[in-house]
Amino acid sequence: MPDTHAPIQYVAKNMRLDLRLIAEMVWPGATVLDIGCGDGALLAHLTTTKGADARGIEIDMAEVTEAVANGLAVIHGDADNDLAFYPDAAFDFVILSRTLQAVEKPREVLRQMLRIGQRAIVSFPNFGHWQVRWQLGTGGRMPMTGTWHRAWFETPNIHPCTIRDFFDLCALEGYVVEQWLAVDENGLRAPWRRSVRLANLFGEQALFLLRRG
Amino acid sequence: MPASVAPFPQVDHQRAVFTAGLALDCGVVLARHAVAYRTYGTLNAAKTNAVLVCHALTGDQYLAETNPLTGKPGWWQNIVGPGKPLDTDRYFLICANVLGGCMGSTGPREEMTDAEGQGLGRPWGTDFPNVTVRDMVRQQKCLIDRLGITRLLAVVGGSLGGMQALQWAACYPEAVFACVPIATAAHHSAQNIAFDEVGRAAIHADPDYNNGRYWEDGRIPAQGLSVARMVAHITYLSEEALQRKFGRKLRGAQTLTLLEDVFEVQSYLRYQGSTFVRRFDANSYLTITRATDYLDIAAEHGGSLARAFAGTATRFFVASFSSDWLYPTSESRHIVRALNTAAANVSFVEFPTDKGHDAFLLEEPEFHRALGGFLAGCAARAGV
Repeated sequence: MPDTHAPIQYVAKNMRLDLRLIAEMVWPGATVLDIGCGDGALLAHLTTTKGADARGIEIDMAEVTEAVANGLAVIHGDADNDLAFYPDAAFDFVILSRTLQAVEKPREVLRQMLRIGQRAIVSFPNFGHWQVRWQLGTGGRMPMTGTWHRAWFETPNIHPCTIRDFFDLCALEGYVVEQWLAVDENGLRAPWRRSVRLANLFGEQALFLLRRG
Repeated sequence: MPASVAPFPQVDHQRAVFTAGLALDCGVVLARHAVAYRTYGTLNAAKTNAVLVCHALTGDQYLAETNPLTGKPGWWQNIVGPGKPLDTDRYFLICANVLGGCMGSTGPREEMTDAEGQGLGRPWGTDFPNVTVRDMVRQQKCLIDRLGITRLLAVVGGSLGGMQALQWAACYPEAVFACVPIATAAHHSAQNIAFDEVGRAAIHADPDYNNGRYWEDGRIPAQGLSVARMVAHITYLSEEALQRKFGRKLRGAQTLTLLEDVFEVQSYLRYQGSTFVRRFDANSYLTITRATDYLDIAAEHGGSLARAFAGTATRFFVASFSSDWLYPTSESRHIVRALNTAAANVSFVEFPTDKGHDAFLLEEPEFHRALGGFLAGCAARAGV
């Protein structure tokens, strides 16, 4: 990445609220792989509160060092290149939190996640949010919001999508959406669960629990 | 190069002697063999806090104390002690001289024994059988059993030490709670073998080598061994580190005279070579470099490194250094991917440094913090 910012915008710097929502989806004693695990806050949380066997992959070397120094099983690697080496169904859950939009091949990453995991938990910032639409529609420029706050020429988010787009991809790939919710910027549940269209307009982030069909 | 080098002084090493035969990969059985070793810290009553530290090619068992031969500090003294990553308040550290070594364990310098284990009054020399890294590990297992330890909390090592750590995890998974292979590989590349061969050729070309029977007239192939060390030493450093340390600096002069100029890097390598021959046996050097060349853990498991670790419950921490070109990060990543394929619990960090392969022995605070944290996490999980 040629700019001086951290390579990926949405790495888990600490136990964010949406991580708590993710943790609620994981059953006790589960085996978990967290892709883009940052310093391992979710891994530590799942290990201590759920007794999970939780492992991580992280691209930022300093974060990996921090996680390993805290006794967590984290490897330096990335979603695009390292998932292929895991065996089928090695994990109960494979988690990709706020990273899907930044990987090179989102469709392939999802396939790998559902190959190596029984279930995939995916969260991503929703490009269909009304502020994004408003800015692009009225200003005619790439949106700059709280969630999408990096200029187009330096954003690591190369594959933005909307909640409806993501539903379409799941249908295309034959994935079963077991749970989904729209989340506001603070990671709190937003009340748009009955209507995908409303969620797509008002949800700043989305959280999906998928399994193979 | 000094015209004659005093043979190195006899030192009494702490040893465990075994009279049950040790069957080697080459088919030879060593009827009687010895492991020279040192320990640091205290073994707890349950014998669950033992950490085996494996040394590199030219290392020895003097991990964290003044080396009786060289008078220098232990090779990993910087990270051993109370509160250090290898915490002697918590762990019982064991460090053994490898099979084939020259610091008291059975090897070319030690007295040759016959099939009954009777001493023959002469050193093994080149009659010492070709050993493998797996043989080294098998011998260490004898020591661990003798100490009454059924499971090691961890096996830790860099370079050849890392190969031993991997081999421990592959051979005795139930006896290894955690494994830390550092700056290492699961096999030698063609380039690794090539550099080793240059070293061996230098030793063989020294007239004092005398077909390996140099011990007969008290000589040592100092010239050849010294060149072997010089070549190897270059592979332990990075171009950047050499440049930073020496550049084109001259010894005792500012500019080239084209007469007796000596570059600083020349003088450094000569020093490295000349001190090495006072502490290392040439036949041991041949034996151990061959063992590292023979290593191919995947080949030992039907061509699949993942199969070597199938079903393992061992926790791994693989560490590499960005400027290490002897065992580059790609080799570590290869190990990590095989461990992932085996669904093993693995951590992996490539530490950024310009110090090359040697970084694992030097002051690398991030590496030390990760190592200490990983071991502490393992100790907590193992209930130590």
